[in-house]
Amino acid sequence: MVLVFIEVREGKVKKSSLEALSEGKRRADDLGAELHAVLIGHELDELAPECFSFGATKVHVLESTLLSQYSPSGFSRALKELVEELKPMVIFFAASSMGKDLAPRLAAWLNVGLATDCTETGIKDGRLTVVRPIFAGNVFATMVFKASPQIATLRPNVFPLVDPVDAKGEAAKKNVEITEDQVKDAVQEIMREEGSELDVTEAEILISGGRGLKGPENFNLLRELASILPRSAVGASRSAVDSGWIDHQNQVGQTGKTVSPNLYMAFGISGAIQHVAGMSSSKVIVAVNKDPDAPILKLADFGVVGDLFKVIPPLKEELKKIFAD
Amino acid sequence: MNIFVFVKRVPDTESKIRIDHKANKIIKDGLNFVLSPYDEYAVEEALRLREAHGGKVTVFSVGADEVNIILKKCLAMGADEAVLLKDDTPETYDGLRTAKIIAKVLKDKFMDYDLLLFGRLSIGADNGQVQTMVAQLLDLPQINVVTKLEIEGNQGTAYREIEGASEKVAFSLPAVLSAQKGLNEPRYETLKGIMMAKRKEIPVLPLEDLGMSAEELAPLMEVVNLESPPPRKAGTVFEGEAEAAAKKLAQFLHEEAKVI
Ligand SMILES: Cc1cc2nc3c(=O)[nH]c(=O)nc-3n(C[C@H](O)[C@H](O)[C@H](O)COP(=O)(O)OP(=O)(O)OC[C@H]3O[C@@H](n4cnc5c(N)ncnc54)[C@H](O)[C@@H]3O)c2cc1C
Ligand SMILES: Nc1ncnc2c1ncn2[C@@H]1O[C@H](COP(=O)(O)O)[C@@H](O)[C@H]1O
Repeated sequence: MVLVFIEVREGKVKKSSLEALSEGKRRADDLGAELHAVLIGHELDELAPECFSFGATKVHVLESTLLSQYSPSGFSRALKELVEELKPMVIFFAASSMGKDLAPRLAAWLNVGLATDCTETGIKDGRLTVVRPIFAGNVFATMVFKASPQIATLRPNVFPLVDPVDAKGEAAKKNVEITEDQVKDAVQEIMREEGSELDVTEAEILISGGRGLKGPENFNLLRELASILPRSAVGASRSAVDSGWIDHQNQVGQTGKTVSPNLYMAFGISGAIQHVAGMSSSKVIVAVNKDPDAPILKLADFGVVGDLFKVIPPLKEELKKIFAD
Repeated sequence: MNIFVFVKRVPDTESKIRIDHKANKIIKDGLNFVLSPYDEYAVEEALRLREAHGGKVTVFSVGADEVNIILKKCLAMGADEAVLLKDDTPETYDGLRTAKIIAKVLKDKFMDYDLLLFGRLSIGADNGQVQTMVAQLLDLPQINVVTKLEIEGNQGTAYREIEGASEKVAFSLPAVLSAQKGLNEPRYETLKGIMMAKRKEIPVLPLEDLGMSAEELAPLMEVVNLESPPPRKAGTVFEGEAEAAAKKLAQFLHEEAKVI
């Protein structure tokens, strides 16, 4: 069996979890195995049908008021009990903040290995193989597991969604036996940044700016582009972040976030190795830079040598035209 | 407050990584090694907590003799003690193996701690596993990717970064925390610190002395292949007047790449 952890935020299933479920479906098909999903929290029953439509035949709904807020110690305990009962061969999580926080705790509890932030999975001789970028994407490591369950977290925006189907399945609800002192690290409050757009790791289009933007106010040029482009967000180089022009949350790179959007647009970013580390798995890269020798232009599928302040206004108009049609 | 910090020696971020395809290993020659950047935030936070609350900061690293260099750096920054958990095994990319070693040391040899501080991720392995696995093995609360930390007596509040927001978590000490950029600005070593660190003895605790079985120490992950990522194929570079460039770019996005 393949089991996929489904993350819920603000009452909704995260897209990255549906990606993990889709990849789980492909691997379950390879193995001729069942695909199950697991939801953890309080009153989540109504989310089961969405899991069925992405291929799960059974959804385990682990219920407890003590788990209405995320806590790694509580969630991992609930998961561990389910896993001991189901004995899945493979467990997938999205490599989201929650997935990356939870999966190692489960792996340690079960005494099995874990592959973090994978970009490819497959089955060979009945066992899972994964590819994970290491050394900031400079090396791709193919790894296999010595024990089961084989647990992997999957990088968001990399794995395609399966086409949802109109399918039914079994929702198995279970009350989790857990006590207050076993929940040691529950989230008390979630503080959303004001006017925060989509997170850079979740955006399908990322519009990033660097030192070439010259000042914080010019990030508004990028925000204007973002307002035209659906599912987009604004990213930044470390120089821009360190200059205080934009929040660290938006930093892309080795000491920022790793992103793989469908489209990465770099404005006034030179393309330093540490920046590229965070964005080289983007599907399409475009760059605007006034320096013809900027390394980012060697990486870009389409590069413009020019002044971003001159290119952005007509670009905005062109994009508007496209979306008007 | 007794604070332990766990640090790893990693190739610096400028390193050009080369692969020995026969041995399936990274070629170490020519690499410049440093204290993993996130671990530096962890050390800094420990020093600040000590300054605010008193106590002692001890840094630990699992690795061969060469990790002494980063332990010296931590001492030069102001850590009180450093311990080398000597393990000559080459990198396994298996977080659980390292976590088991650390947990064993904390169970048997260094039982007295209030906080265990880590980096959120060691660069290179890019795993982000060890701290959480240690938390589980010791049944402690964990807060990862911390950007702000407050401690009052034996209670703490940490703010951790998630997608587009931050989570506030309250916990009791002892606890495992992992540092994110933004938590603080690490200090530079002072000349005095460097001189003191030079003279300071770093005790060595060999892996063999921990009484762990071969089975416990066997990696649970195996690397079967290391490869350089396929090079991106050369793209178009447009040099010309801004209006025309904007038009071409939009056309590329819409008609050729079909991303919008
Ligand atoms: C340990 C470590 C970790 C790091 N981690 C990260 C990280 O996570 N992310 C990251 O981004 N960096 C990181 N860095 C920093 C990195 O090395 C670079 O310094 C940084 O990425 C440079 O940012 P930049 O491209 O915005 O600035 P610059 O390198 O200064 O480039 C600015 C670019 O803008 C162009 N430009 C200027 N004006 C215009 C204009 N009007 N129109 C068009 N183009 C213009 C210039 O030609 C230039 O190419 C790290 C460094 C270290 C040592
Ligand atoms: N060999 C090691 N010795 C001491 N601490 C380590 C070691 N490896 C990892 N850590 C700690 O665990 C954190 C996460 O590492 P990793 O799971 O490798 O990404 C690091 O930032 C360190 O704080």
